[in-house]
Amino acid sequence: MLFILNQLVVLTKIVELIKILYNLNKEDAMQLFNLPLNEVIQHIINGITVGAIYSLIALGYTMVYGILKMINFAHGEFLMMGTYVSLLIWDSLRKGGNNPFFYILAVICGMIFSAILGVTVEKVAYRPLRKSLRLAPLLSAIGVSIILSNLAALIFGTKSKKFEYPFSNSPVVIGMVSITPHQILVIAASLFLMFFLTLFINKTRWGKAMRAASEDIDTASLMGINVDGIISLTFAIGAALAAIAGVFMGMEYKVYPTMGTMAGLKAFIAAVFGGIGNIVGAMVGGIIIGLLETFGVVIFGIPQGLKDTISFLVLILILIVKPTGLLGKKLKEKV
Amino acid sequence: MSFLYTDRIRKEFGGVIAVADVDFSVEKGIICGLIGPNGAGKTTLFNLITGLEVADEGFVFFKGEDITNLPPYKITRTGIARTFQNIRLFKEMTVMENIMIGRHFRSSCNFFPQNRLLNSILCFFNIKKEERDIYEGANKWLSFFELEKYKNELAKNLPYGKQKILEIARSMATEPEILFLDEPAAGMNPAEKAELANVIKKLNEFGVTIVVIEHDMKFVMGLCEKITVLNYGRKIAEGTPKEIQNNPVVIEAYLGKEDERSLTKN
Amino acid sequence: MTNFLLLLIIYIGIYSILSLSQNLITGFTGLLSICHAAFFAIGAYTTAIYLVHTNGSFWIALLLSALISTLSGFLIGLPSLRLRGDYLAIATLGFGEIVKNLIINLDSITRGPMGINNIPSPKIFGFVFNPAVKLNYVVFVWIFVFITFFTLKRIVHSRFGRALEAIREDEIAASTMGINIVLYKVVSFTVGAFFAGIAGSLWAVYNQSVAPQTFDFILSVMVLCMVVLGGMGNNLGSIIGAAIIVTTSELPRLLGFSNIFPPQINQMVFGLLLVLVMIYRPQGILTRKRVDFEKLLSKKIKMEGKS
Repeated sequence: MLFILNQLVVLTKIVELIKILYNLNKEDAMQLFNLPLNEVIQHIINGITVGAIYSLIALGYTMVYGILKMINFAHGEFLMMGTYVSLLIWDSLRKGGNNPFFYILAVICGMIFSAILGVTVEKVAYRPLRKSLRLAPLLSAIGVSIILSNLAALIFGTKSKKFEYPFSNSPVVIGMVSITPHQILVIAASLFLMFFLTLFINKTRWGKAMRAASEDIDTASLMGINVDGIISLTFAIGAALAAIAGVFMGMEYKVYPTMGTMAGLKAFIAAVFGGIGNIVGAMVGGIIIGLLETFGVVIFGIPQGLKDTISFLVLILILIVKPTGLLGKKLKEKV
Repeated sequence: MSFLYTDRIRKEFGGVIAVADVDFSVEKGIICGLIGPNGAGKTTLFNLITGLEVADEGFVFFKGEDITNLPPYKITRTGIARTFQNIRLFKEMTVMENIMIGRHFRSSCNFFPQNRLLNSILCFFNIKKEERDIYEGANKWLSFFELEKYKNELAKNLPYGKQKILEIARSMATEPEILFLDEPAAGMNPAEKAELANVIKKLNEFGVTIVVIEHDMKFVMGLCEKITVLNYGRKIAEGTPKEIQNNPVVIEAYLGKEDERSLTKN
Repeated sequence: MTNFLLLLIIYIGIYSILSLSQNLITGFTGLLSICHAAFFAIGAYTTAIYLVHTNGSFWIALLLSALISTLSGFLIGLPSLRLRGDYLAIATLGFGEIVKNLIINLDSITRGPMGINNIPSPKIFGFVFNPAVKLNYVVFVWIFVFITFFTLKRIVHSRFGRALEAIREDEIAASTMGINIVLYKVVSFTVGAFFAGIAGSLWAVYNQSVAPQTFDFILSVMVLCMVVLGGMGNNLGSIIGAAIIVTTSELPRLLGFSNIFPPQINQMVFGLLLVLVMIYRPQGILTRKRVDFEKLLSKKIKMEGKS
């Protein structure tokens, strides 16, 4: 009950914000960061959109790390593969018309494919190594990542493709700020998904099992939890979320075999920033990284080419200052 | 002032208080026992003393100096050594190599102590002497613990009981003044336990102060001159084995009020 | 044909230096660092920029490359090495990407994606090492390989090397042995960067040009593969791993198949190799070399030691 109340509070805050945006006019233009307020808000919207995508990807990293204490280097490739599958289906269905229903179908197919891929990779390339050397699953993940991205290049070609919008993406103007339907879709869908994920984690049996497994995997299995199944579920959910993120990326930019690499890296940084293993941390971290990137370019005039460097600098900084991340707890080895 | 003592040391994990304002002291030259039900905070106390956990409050003093929250390697260098509940050997290295690592900071080559960098470079060209010193130093402990026949065996291939002994040997190679043993007798049969008790006594005769965490009451009572009891992170009793055995607070901590017999039995 | 074989040997030599230095970091100390390409690049570009702009001595270029590479290793290692192994992997990955990004974007110095060309050949004691005469380079490069090999061997078969292995086996236990974990990790990492920088310098003068595309993440992974395949903690293994991987990499070219196999197949083979080796033989081809102390030390020990 309290949980639902919290979500409602967030919703009302958002409604208030929209009201403010609508009523903004030139007289209210204040100077913030040497920019008029409406531009700042514009950048915030852009930043949150980008950040939401990072959050969706970061969730997959953080959930897997929470339970297995391993970084799934191939996560970006789950994103990429799912996106390609969605693209294929969408492109073929699109011929019958720009139907949003087809779009949703294509995206869901991509998510399912990605989920299956994730579960399979875990079973084949990670599970045998669970008791092996510390470095083994990491090296294996790197190997999987390379296999998948090159496989995609072979199958789909190295030329980038565009993921067409199922709607016209002309900006909507609210007061002094303009927002595109794409941005509305991304933010709305991300909020929706994160809401349901949080509900799932906190209220369902499986969510509880996932939390137990990330606390202490051995005890969880002793309690009768099917740990292998929970791990598969974790991979499936993470991969599916990544696939949607990839579709959003494909719509805004393009689809190409290595699209998962950079985004995956930045999302991982977001997860570390927010506290690896912490789900809320991944959500918060993604948004913040997105905002930092957007504002970094705008305020400090960092050229587009070096935009990615911002995230890495954030990483180095957080590793120096607070390696457990904003919301993370100290993951100490029990002596 | 005690040889080693903690002053109101405290450690919390999240909301759980693992060690609460404990004043634990060890006199030089004794064999001291640290007991308490599972989860009482014994290993955490060890970790706080040896630098593997950072104390939230309180202090640790050794030989009159404040060693609170020093990094583990510095604490070892002051003369404190420890073993682990779950055995932490260097599995892919041989028994001999494991003990040789114990000699690491005791045998550093010192051509030119005034300048560490110059020293390293000079030593780089004469490793043989240093290696010989380390080898001989380690050999001494290899023999003391009667592990010669396992010398070139990988640590992971040793039988369990020998692994526990190896861990103690490795710790002794650091030439500590005080040795903390975390459940050294766990998983041993009575013969091995008797042997272990003898080894501990021998070490003590050489002048090593020893602190033992153990659950085997017969073992502890037979070996230790002084016993400290923890429960829920607090010190609830301290004294000779006889005193502890008859202390109602201790008995209650272990067993609840009904059954008073068991502490004196194994 | 012979020419190609000599080329292969030169490449194997340069990559051996890379894999040997990676072996120190990953094989002996257990640090998963995947930014060796970055140190390689820093070394290569330093030499390239210096030689092209000053036409100076090769030895100075080499020294500069090694120095700057080492410094980078130190700067990136210091913050990252205080953390758990997994974080290091990401930090180094990030560092690798940053370096490549910087090379591409700081085009006033590095000429960006076009790279630096026409790097003059080294003149050593008046003798010009022309890359066209491959045999000279074979000797030149492999002298450095041997220097690297024996230096690392000396480092590793010592108290210091044992401490590194202890850190790899169990960091916490190693810390209770009086070993300053952070210091040793940083030194190991920095020394690794040092040799990678030297390899970069050699590459720059042999190749006579440098371009950012060469120094990508895949190269770091390739070097890691060489270490893993050859056997972590075994220096000879690292050289063997380099030989195997460079040969398989260049095999299509050798056999004339390069038009048939697209480059993706090559990379997929690396990926597959990593996964399979991890699952079926994680210790690699050659396992950790056990030092026979009796043989190493004097006869006196031998007589006392044998019980």
